[in-house]
Amino acid sequence: MCLGIPGRVVEVKGDKAVVDISGIKREVDALLVPDVKPGDFVIVHAGAIISKISREDYEETIKYLRELAEVMYQ
Amino acid sequence: MKAGSINDINFGVFRDKKYAVSLKEKIKKLADSIELDKINIMHVCGTHEHTITYYGIRKLLPEKVDLIAGPGCPVCVVPAREIDEAIKLALDGIKVYIFGDMFKVPGSRMSLAKARAEGGNVSVVYSFLDAIKDFKNNNVKEGVFFGVGFETTAPSFASQIANGNVPKDLRILPSFRITVPIVKYALKVHKHNLHGIIAPGHVSTITGAGAWSFISNDFNIPVVVAGFEPIDVLLGVYLILKSINEGIPRTYNEYERVVRWEGNLVAKSYIKKVFTEIDGEWRGIGKIPNSAWIPNSDYESYDARKYYNIKIEKSMDTPPGCRCADVVLGLAKPTDCKLFRKVCTPTNPIGPCMVSSEGTCSIWYKYGGHRIFDES
Repeated sequence: MCLGIPGRVVEVKGDKAVVDISGIKREVDALLVPDVKPGDFVIVHAGAIISKISREDYEETIKYLRELAEVMYQ
Repeated sequence: MKAGSINDINFGVFRDKKYAVSLKEKIKKLADSIELDKINIMHVCGTHEHTITYYGIRKLLPEKVDLIAGPGCPVCVVPAREIDEAIKLALDGIKVYIFGDMFKVPGSRMSLAKARAEGGNVSVVYSFLDAIKDFKNNNVKEGVFFGVGFETTAPSFASQIANGNVPKDLRILPSFRITVPIVKYALKVHKHNLHGIIAPGHVSTITGAGAWSFISNDFNIPVVVAGFEPIDVLLGVYLILKSINEGIPRTYNEYERVVRWEGNLVAKSYIKKVFTEIDGEWRGIGKIPNSAWIPNSDYESYDARKYYNIKIEKSMDTPPGCRCADVVLGLAKPTDCKLFRKVCTPTNPIGPCMVSSEGTCSIWYKYGGHRIFDES
């Protein structure tokens, strides 16, 4: 539960945002980072955006998480 | 207070796997020049432990450098009494929402999974937001969210409450814990045997790297906020050794790509608005001052513990022989526990450290000694 998952904001709907997380679209809480815009790369934790990140860091983190996911919940 | 300078380090280079070997050499050189028989570095995050164990990072380090897993598993530290409270509510027919990690953690007599098998109303959800949706869409009469988590998780509850998005009959059973006080406690318990701390990356997204500067200021040992890739952890170790070698304890932020020095100010203001700090019970460890959050007097109608006035007569945190609390504090390794692997396994977990995917015992059981970082 200290894991944050990177995603890309697809749509902002008031205080919520739709985030594409590895191809799955999820509606998440955008209250903690209220200035997110579509296209932003973010870290999502327990259904809430907790931080914005750069595209480069997003890609790097995704690569690592894919590997992690393969083994962590097998 | 001084932040460590990391300008002299080319991060792009250190993030590349093939540079792990040169970093390993640098770490060895530094370790050799430090006049300590043993250099103990504690981290406080289940995801760090996963990276360390999965990639065999301990084997990459010089023998005198040890990485100790500290309190980094929120599910592991929720006292049995609070799990018993959630179970009691679920068995009374109140819809209890939980995060998946909490499902199989044993309370005093049973887990929430067992309670559900016995007819308890338990629902596993992805987020607080999803629980609010489910509550509204299914016209649930009374619901309780078992609020477990550290600084990373608590703000998403506070923000929804502060914005009036939470129906009045959806309450929170608060089991939030704060990592800064438990790290302080761990530092005291270990006396002077810890020489550096790797601070948790995502908790620090909220608290800010600055929240850890008390470690270098008051305890005179270096601290590094680190990310979760193997190179991040190695770099964390490198920075700690560099700081020890220079004789100047510093607070570094290696995870600058995500973590700011001041943290997420919006999230912190929601926490301040909705919660109040109380002394929190940590499973098998005891009470730690100002280490838990509950809704403050303005929002106490959301506090399920107060509203239902739940009474649990007797609770049992530690099953006989289980060393989970020592493992959480980094006083024992999973292999120091007689039950580990023999009696206690992921399919038959005795204590919470074997249940959660962030528990040190679970991580060691699954990956301990299997994967070694490729040195060739």
